[in-house]
Amino acid sequence: MTPRLVLAIAGLTVREFTRRRVLWVLLGLSLASVALVGWGVERLVSIARAEGAEELQVRIGVSQVLILIAFMFSFVLAMSAAFLAAPAIASDVETGTVHAMLARPLRRSDLVLGRWLGLSAVVAGYAVLSGALAIIVVRLVSGHAPPEPQVAVAFLALQAIAVLTLALALGSRLPSMAAGAITVVLFGLGWFAGVLGSVAIAFDAAPLAAATDIVRVLIPTDGLWRGVVYGLEPPVVLLLMEASNVQALQANPFFASAPPPAAFVAWSVAWVVLVLGAGIAAFGRREL
Amino acid sequence: MTPAIETHALRKVYGRTVALDALDLHVEPGEVFGFLGPNGAGKTTAVKLLLGLTRPTAGEGTVLGRPIGDRTARGRIGYLPELFRYQAWLTAHEVLRLHAALAGLAPAARAAEIERVLTLAGLADRADERTGGFSKGMQQRLGLAAALLGDPALVILDEPTSALDPVGRGDVRAIIREARERGSAVLLNSHLLGEVERLCDRVAIVHHGRVVASGALGDLLGEPTVRLRVTDLPGGATAQDGPLAAFGPVALEDGWLAIRPIDPDRIPDLVATVVGLGARVHAVDPARRSLEDLFLDLVRGSADERPAR
Repeated sequence: MTPRLVLAIAGLTVREFTRRRVLWVLLGLSLASVALVGWGVERLVSIARAEGAEELQVRIGVSQVLILIAFMFSFVLAMSAAFLAAPAIASDVETGTVHAMLARPLRRSDLVLGRWLGLSAVVAGYAVLSGALAIIVVRLVSGHAPPEPQVAVAFLALQAIAVLTLALALGSRLPSMAAGAITVVLFGLGWFAGVLGSVAIAFDAAPLAAATDIVRVLIPTDGLWRGVVYGLEPPVVLLLMEASNVQALQANPFFASAPPPAAFVAWSVAWVVLVLGAGIAAFGRREL
Repeated sequence: MTPAIETHALRKVYGRTVALDALDLHVEPGEVFGFLGPNGAGKTTAVKLLLGLTRPTAGEGTVLGRPIGDRTARGRIGYLPELFRYQAWLTAHEVLRLHAALAGLAPAARAAEIERVLTLAGLADRADERTGGFSKGMQQRLGLAAALLGDPALVILDEPTSALDPVGRGDVRAIIREARERGSAVLLNSHLLGEVERLCDRVAIVHHGRVVASGALGDLLGEPTVRLRVTDLPGGATAQDGPLAAFGPVALEDGWLAIRPIDPDRIPDLVATVVGLGARVHAVDPARRSLEDLFLDLVRGSADERPAR
């Protein structure tokens, strides 16, 4: 690896997104969304308080709305990551831009690593900025602050990085359209397996739970999403859930009673490394 | 001296298609070498093999003394791809800065070197425009500028004038000559025969993935000839020991008097001698087989004996 060249490609990638206005469009859209969220939450809180709702009820209500917003944002973030990363190498190969670059003393692995680094910086930066902004705005208008916002934002960024790594790796071998589409389908499958797995646990359906566990290991995005939920879930909700002891609540994809285990987080990081490594190996053998 | 390019039986097969059958190539340092062939002959495949963009199925080769595709050798090669495309959202200057960095040029030398190649390629006044707005010709000029960055020991140009008008073609000829003067070997991949004929020291003609002829242009094209349309030529003038024999072997072909070979400098003397003999000269045709004739002969001649695919 030549760090100088990896950084040069990473810088080029970041510049590509600013020059092609992708970054500004995304930021503009998320500023608009955050403004809308702030307005909506403020309205809900005002109405609830006017009708004499308890402050605790209001806070719990806001916390659940925030989790729902985070879910939508994580979905948008994953789609953006897939569609930014899928063509990052694939379309450079399709147009021939990559030929002139790889005729230089640039290793193919350094090109992939640089692309990954630049994409990760853009996507994670976007996730952190937009996520933090939404949490701050909700706190300003409602007074509700999630217990561990930094955990939620970190898992949000990690989930997006997992998605972009998969799209980039697939795009190192497949045309960009195919790589993007496969990534989106796999992401959906991971989420679906997560929901199904929760249902299986709630109703004691062991074989189904085992099957969905395998999918959740192969596609760790849903497990990472549970980390986002956990970071946003107020302790009082967890206490209420435990007290009510309703097992069916475990099936709620917007509920997490515990953070993802450390082993799972470690596996997710390893998964990113493995998928990226597979992408590098595939691109290394590709005929250009 | 280490050859710029040396390959032995280089072969590339894609599935059932033989893109390159068995390429033997030898390019000396500092020479302009023409790599000719019809479309689909395997020229671009050969170039990609030399750069390590694809791997050979069989055979071997060296570029600048290193195995083909070697990374350190690539640092001394400039390459203009057939499909020249550069980041549309960068300016010409930024594209060259990127390539200067990738090529590993010393940071202190980059600015001056970029200015040099921009001027050379005729892009100095459009250096700060984004390449997305460039015409094809301008993009090809940019590709040439990138290929010439840092005085590479070997410049590989894949169809360098495909998008250029006649003025641009003239500019490219000047650029290639200058690269040679600066000591670069140039591999010129082209099917524009006139261009190759004007520029190249030596050529190889590939057809169906094999070299069917190679050598110095003069040798390949055969010796210079002159043909005179004459009337009233006295009998005996064409005899083996006649007055014209001193210029070279004489023959009569369809009413034309042909001397083959002849020293081109002696053609005026020949005409004077013929006139002195009392003959009337209607036309003088200093003919040499053109590269096009040779090319067509070779390509058509081997059309019947395609290698098995």
